Parts: sequence; C-alpha cells; structure tokens
Amino acid sequence: MAKPDSLQGSLDLLVLKILSRRPGLHGYAIMAAIQEISREVLRVEEGSLYPALHRMESEGWIQAEWVTKDSGRRARIYRLTEQGGIQLAASESRWLAVADAVGQVLRMA
Amino acid sequence: MRWWTRISNTLRGQRLDREIDEELESHLEEAARQGRDTAEARRAFGSALRLREQSHEARAITWIESAAADFVFGWRQLRKSRNASAAAILSLALATGACTAVFRLIDAVLLRPMPVADPGNLYVAAYTYTTFDGSIDRGHGSEYPAFVRMRDAVPEAELLAISYATRIGVRFNGGPEGERQFLQYVSGNTFLSFGLKPALGRLIAPADDLKPGAHPVAVISHDYWIRQFGGDPGVLGRTFHWNGTPVEVIGVAPEGFTGTETGSMTDIFMPVMMNAKAIGNPSWVWHRIWVRARPGSDLRVVRDKLRAAFHSFRREQVRSWPGSTPQQRIDEFVGAELVLEPAGAGVSGLQRHYHRPLMIIAVLAVMVLLIACANVANLLTARAAARAREMALRVSIGAGRGRLVRLVFAESLLIAVAASGLGALLGWWGAPLVVRMVSTPDSPVGLVLPFDYRVAAFSALLTLMVSVLFGLAPALRASAVEPAAALKGGDSSRGRRRSMSAMVAFQVAFCFAVFSTACTFTASLRYLLQRPLGFAPDRLLLLETVSAETVRFDVWLQAIPHIRAVPGVESAAFSSWPLLGASAWRDGVRTARAGLEASPAPYFLSVSPGWFETMRIPLREGRDFRPGDVFPGPAVVDSTFARRYFGEGSPLGQFFEKPATRDQWRRFDVAGVVGPVLYENIREPFLPVAYVPINAPAGQAGPAAPGWGTFVVRTAGSDPLALAPLLRQEIRRARPELRVTSVRTQEELIRTQTVRERMLAASSAFFAAVALLLAAVGLYGVLEYAVVRQRREIGIRMALGAQAADVAGRVSAEVAAMLAFGSLAGFGLSLLSGRFASSLVHGAGAGDPLMLGIPAMAIVVASALAAVPPLLRALRIAPAVTLRAD
Repeated sequence: MAKPDSLQGSLDLLVLKILSRRPGLHGYAIMAAIQEISREVLRVEEGSLYPALHRMESEGWIQAEWVTKDSGRRARIYRLTEQGGIQLAASESRWLAVADAVGQVLRMA
Repeated sequence: MRWWTRISNTLRGQRLDREIDEELESHLEEAARQGRDTAEARRAFGSALRLREQSHEARAITWIESAAADFVFGWRQLRKSRNASAAAILSLALATGACTAVFRLIDAVLLRPMPVADPGNLYVAAYTYTTFDGSIDRGHGSEYPAFVRMRDAVPEAELLAISYATRIGVRFNGGPEGERQFLQYVSGNTFLSFGLKPALGRLIAPADDLKPGAHPVAVISHDYWIRQFGGDPGVLGRTFHWNGTPVEVIGVAPEGFTGTETGSMTDIFMPVMMNAKAIGNPSWVWHRIWVRARPGSDLRVVRDKLRAAFHSFRREQVRSWPGSTPQQRIDEFVGAELVLEPAGAGVSGLQRHYHRPLMIIAVLAVMVLLIACANVANLLTARAAARAREMALRVSIGAGRGRLVRLVFAESLLIAVAASGLGALLGWWGAPLVVRMVSTPDSPVGLVLPFDYRVAAFSALLTLMVSVLFGLAPALRASAVEPAAALKGGDSSRGRRRSMSAMVAFQVAFCFAVFSTACTFTASLRYLLQRPLGFAPDRLLLLETVSAETVRFDVWLQAIPHIRAVPGVESAAFSSWPLLGASAWRDGVRTARAGLEASPAPYFLSVSPGWFETMRIPLREGRDFRPGDVFPGPAVVDSTFARRYFGEGSPLGQFFEKPATRDQWRRFDVAGVVGPVLYENIREPFLPVAYVPINAPAGQAGPAAPGWGTFVVRTAGSDPLALAPLLRQEIRRARPELRVTSVRTQEELIRTQTVRERMLAASSAFFAAVALLLAAVGLYGVLEYAVVRQRREIGIRMALGAQAADVAGRVSAEVAAMLAFGSLAGFGLSLLSGRFASSLVHGAGAGDPLMLGIPAMAIVVASALAAVPPLLRALRIAPAVTLRAD
C-alpha cells in the first residue's frame, strides 16, 4: 500500500521550487530531493508525480527534454519556464500566507 | 506546453504512449539503482495503465482522439456495406451537385456583387410604364438629357450614365473581320466611381466625356485583351473602326470587371459622348442611370430630388407630342413613378427574365435533395437497427448516450462530406451546362462562375445541413436503445419501421410535385413549338443586311431579282426585320369606327412586294403590294386587325389613320387582307398587324429606319444555311452598297424564343427522373428492410399455412398506405407549385388533369417495379430454414 499522501496538496509547489533551485532533474530525482530536503517527512506518492509533471508541462510551467543517462537508457529531465517562475512566486506567497495564518490561529487558541 | 504541441501529441497518440511508458520505466530503473526492490517500486507506482491514461490526457486533446476513432469506425461501417454506402453517397451527390449548380447560377445572376468599390451603395433608377397590353411594368431606359437634368439637380449623389450592352462588329486595323463584341457606353466618372484601376494604360476619365463625338477612345476588358490579343501590351494605341471613325484603345480594365450587365460580358467600353446620336436626342432611351449617394447624404432625399427632376423633364417632353395623343397616355407618361433599385449585382434583362425560372429550379433541386436525404436517413436507420445489439452492449459497459450519438453521427458526416465533394464536382460541371443551354448565337450569355469561397461556404453549409437532416434522427434513435430488450433479441422495430414509411410518404409527395412540374413545363414547351405561327418557318433564310443610310430602299429591292436567280432559291423578299426576331414597331391607329386608343396598339411592319408569298402567309382578300406602292398609301392588314378595326364586313376600300407629327395624320387605304401571324413573341395571342410598303416617294422619309433590313429567302434544299455564302456574294455583287452582317434561319429565331422554356423543361425533366429514381430506390430499401425484420414472423405465418397474397399484403400494407398518402400530399403540392410557375406556363395550365395523371402513373409503375424484388424475397422465405436460424 502506498503511504498516505503527506504533501497536503502542495506537490506542484514543491516540484516547482525544487526545479527552480536545481534545473534538469528527472522524475525520480525530484522525488528523492523532496524526501531528502524534508528529512523524510514529506513523501511523494510515486503514482501521482508523473501525471502532475505532465499536467504542469501542458500548463507551460515546466519544460522537458530527453537525455541519455550513463546506463544508456533515456531519461526525461525537467526545468522551470519563465511562466513557471511566476507561478512559483504566486503559489509560494499564497502558501506562506496560509501557513502564517494557520500558525496565528494555533498560537491564539 | 503550447496548444500546438498538444495537437501534435494528439496526432501521434501511440508514440506519446510509448514515451510515457519509457519515462516510467526509467523511473523504475532509477529506483532499482538506489537499491530498492523492483517489485516494491512497481507496487508503489500503482497501475501503470492508469498513470499512462492520466498523463496522456494531460498531454493530448482527447476529444479529437475519440472523434478520430469515431470517424475511423464510421469509415469501417461504410466499407462493410459498400454497395449501400456507394448508392447513398451517389444519390446524395447527385442532389447536392444539383443544389450547388443552381446556387452557382443564382449567385452569378442575382447575388454576386460586381467587383467595384462599395457595391452595396449602388442603385439604378427605374420607372413605371404601361405596356402595350395595358399592364404596369418597370424599366430602366433613360434619355441622356434626362440624365443630365437629374445629375445637375442632385449634388448629394453621384450619377452615372451607362448604356445597355449592345453588340457591334469590331475590326481592328490590319486585322481580320472580328466577331461581334459587347459594347457599353459609360459616362466619364464611371470607372472613377467604381474605384477601378487599369490593368494596362488608363481608364476612361471625366476628361474623355466632354464633347459629343470628340473622344474616339476605348477601354477593353481584361478578358477580351487576353482572348484577342494574348495579353500583348502593344494593344495600347491600336485602333478599330466604329461607324467609320477610328477609335483608339487607351487601356485595359482590371481583371474580373465585365461590365454592369450581368449575363453579357462587355468587351469594349467607350465614353458616352461617343454615342453622339443618343446624347442630343430627348427621346432615345439608351442608358441606365446609376446612382450612388455621396457619404453622409440620405438616399430618400436623393430619390425625392431625382423624382422632381425626372417629372419636370417628362412634362417638358410631352409638349412636343402630337396634339392627337390621348390624355391617358400623357398622364401615364408624366405620372410615372421613379424608384431606386439596388444594383450592386449588376442590372440586366437576363436577371429579370431568369429570376423566377431560377427560383423554380432551386425549389426542384431542394426537393430532390430532401428525397435523397430521406433515403440516406432510412439507410442509416436500417443499419442502426442491425447494430442494435452492438449499441446495447456499448451502453451496458458504460458508454454514454452522447458518445453513441457521436458514433452514428460521425458516419453520416462521412457520407455527407463524400457526397458534397462529389456534388461540388457535379455542380462545377453542371452550372456552365445550363448557361450553354440558355445562350444563343444571337445573345450569348456570359456569366462569371468562379468556384470561390462563396461556393465553398455554400457547399460546407449544405453538407452540414444535410448531415443533420438525415443523420440526427437515426443517431438519436440508435442511442436510445434499451440494452435489456435489445440483448434479449426482441426489438422495437415497429417505431423504426413507421418512421421509415413516413419517409416514403414524404419522398413520394415531393417526387409527385417535381414530376408534375416537369410535365407542365414539357407540355408548355410542346404547346409553344406546335403553335400555328401563321407562316411557314421551314427552309426560310434571313439575311440581315446593312448599308450607308443614304442608300434608298428602291436600291435595296433591286437585289431581290438577283437573289431569286440563285439556284436553290424558291422565292425572296425584303422586310425591315424578320417576324419573331427581337424587333417590333407598334403604333396607335384610328378608324371611322374606333377612335385612337392608347393600348393595346397594333403592330406595323414594312415589307416589299412578294413578302407574303415568301413567308407563305395566305392572302385572304384584295392584293399584295405592287412595285409602285409607296408609304404612306396602301396597307395590307391581317384578319385580326380587320376584325378589330373594321368589324365583320370586308375592310377593302376602307382606311385607317396613324398619327404622324403634331396634329397630322397619315392615311392608309386597305388594299388586302392576309392571315394572322405571331409577330413579336411566340407566347402572345394573335395581335392586329398592319403591313405598309417599305418604299417612300423620293425625298421623303420612309417607314423604316434607313441603312438596315432583312432579306427573307425561301430555299428549296433542306439545309437553308448551305446557301448562305452564295447569297452573301450574290447580294454584294448585285448591289455593292449592301453588306450582309448575319445569316440566320427563321427556325433559329423560334428556337431562341423558347430558350427559357427549353431550359425549364430540360432541367425539370432531369430533376423528375432523379426524383423518381431516388424515390423508387427508397421504397425498395424500406420494403427490403421490412422483409428482413419480419422474416421470423413471416416464417411462422407460412408454417401455419398463410397464403402468398396474405404475406405480400402484410409486408406491403403500411408502405402502400404511405404511398397513397404521399401521392395525395404531392397532388396538393403540385397545385401549389403550379400557381407559382403559372406565369411561365403556356397553353396547358397547371392543374390540368393530364399533368397530375402522368406523375401518378409514373409513381405507380416505379413503385411496382421497386416492390417486386423484396416481395419475391418474402415469398421465397422457407419457414424451416428461417425458424431454425434463430
């Protein structure tokens, strides 16, 4: 059974953020990076990563290209587009505002 | 990803799937490299198929894919029953082709705007007038002085004078005798106002239109330039002779502009000032007045001012009329109403003449189209019935109704597109065919018939409409399938069969109407062709001849003995023009019995001695003209004239008078009476005709316009035209002043008169044949379907001892009822359409029992033929085999 999705619907945001820092990652590396940076707190459900990537690609936020790995197999790597950068800034500030507000409530109650 | 990437992804759907798979594989490999268990990683992934679907949806436009799948499926369905599909497509193509052809004609004759600036703001002035038979009509003919008066009175509008298209023989300097070309005189501002740019040289400008007769320049059409000069720029500066004056070509009009007279392609444009005779003459109606309101001015104000100017002109004009003119005629003339007709599509007699016939053909074409649509609808319904189980299965495994509608509709759209493609070809070929049918050597019809966006848009619209018409109902019906019932094997074919039979009724009704219309037009044509003319047209040759205007007719007549001496000539005579040509002379007369009437006025014709004998018009009383007779003096009248003006007694020795100039009358003594003839129009009743001598005393004006006339020659051989070259030579030799310009036969003139009727009869007959064929095919299909669906029932009945007649009756009862019902409806429809076409029908009227009996007979015979194979099939059903098969 897959682990419960601990990303709380913020998968897009995380993927965009990772790609903004480290362009040219393939799907597995993105997943690994999220887990690593969050110190294993956030786990990406592997099944939802690729549809999300493809959706963002068709939105024009990220673009993809094929590269050949050392093993000889091809991998599809992604990088942020200009439009993706704008999208990232918008959703990042929205997320921070929400997190701030939630923190406020938790402190006050 | 941009939308075009999605479209390209859609187009390469399978490769897209492979790429997605590859990316997922690469992920798993990466996982393995990190030391994860392959099976665990795969599990963590979940269903690869679902992932692929999700990604595919994100990256491609799936509705296009499903539509494409529907079309592929539809195409396979069509190919599965190739014959039926081909029949459906062909019959539909025939009908859409007819519709496209008719649309092209209507568009070219009535709708298509001329290629000029702002055609929507072009109007032509029309006036009401009373015709010779007393009815009110509208005409455009304007006198040039009237044009000048109106132009000066209305500064708010731009007025153009453009002449009717006339044909002239053109001979370029150093060139051979050319064909006769269409010429239009245009006022100097015409090309400017039309916003036209020359293809070569320059166009006629206001400066070319100042002094009568002083501007011998011409602009030729692009088409003529290419046709006659091969597009040679050296055409500029070349001259041709026109009325003895050399006229210089100064430019070529832009491509596509063919003058303003729709139906005649004008080749040569000259300034109005070169039409010198018409310029100064206050009674020559030679021009149309075109009106374009200047920006910001009100068209109603323009019209009111034009009316005022027009009426003041007419009031002045009647002052010069003879005092004997009846007051009624003066009132009619002065009180005529001026209206502005929109003229963006050009103005011509062809438009007026063929407006209604084209509409009738359009209605026939649409009816045939509907018949064809009904056929295809039935075909699709039958096919959907055969696929009821498949549909039910699709519904049971979760296909939406909308999806099923799309599935069936895709098939009809395919049929419609294929049919329209073929139909467009047919229309491309058919429209010029009709143009050729109505074109005569005497008045060639030239129409611009491009296959452009207008036609394409019409075709596309037609396709869509047609596919909705025949495809929607079967699609909805198919999607409404009840899975439980259909899968169990029972079916709801009753409703389906009823709707198919209703289609048969509908087809028969339209077929009846189309057929009866065709019969009426054919009978009308027959009537015209068999009408007694009052003279014998066979073997009669007409030589239209011209001379200088100073050559008197006594000199012309000296050629007659020479013509008679030519071997193969039975007799010869001369008249100012032939009977049933385009020309006529009508004038009011008074007798002791009857005063001068305004209308209807009798016909006049100037003839030489011996003309009646050559024409084989019987002399009833008195004598023919003699060589010494001059105008005015003796007259020969026909029996219609005699009865009307002199009553039942003999008119010999009596006289009638005709107004000459102001307060003067000319007296004519009746010297002979001849049989009645059709003078001007083959559709008219016999009208009074008076014949007068062609010769006038020396120094006096005769009855006929000097300079032209027609020699009438009765030949002995069966092909009168064989003598034409010899006669041309002989006339030239006998009198060098004379030149024969055209040779025609009397029969050709009569054919020319019935061109419209011929076109109507031929095209309606074509539509009737197609309609009958399609209706028969439709009936066959429905009966065949009924037999197949009722196979089991018939088998059981036969097993229980039913008779053949009983079986046949059971199968065909419903269809027979529909046939009867459809015929009845068609009967009503025919009466209705007969009324619409009545002005084009001569002799036998619509609603004639014969015109309804023939279609009824045809439908009965065709249905019987169509019903035989399915009924035989029903009777051949072997109960044992059929029942075992289920």
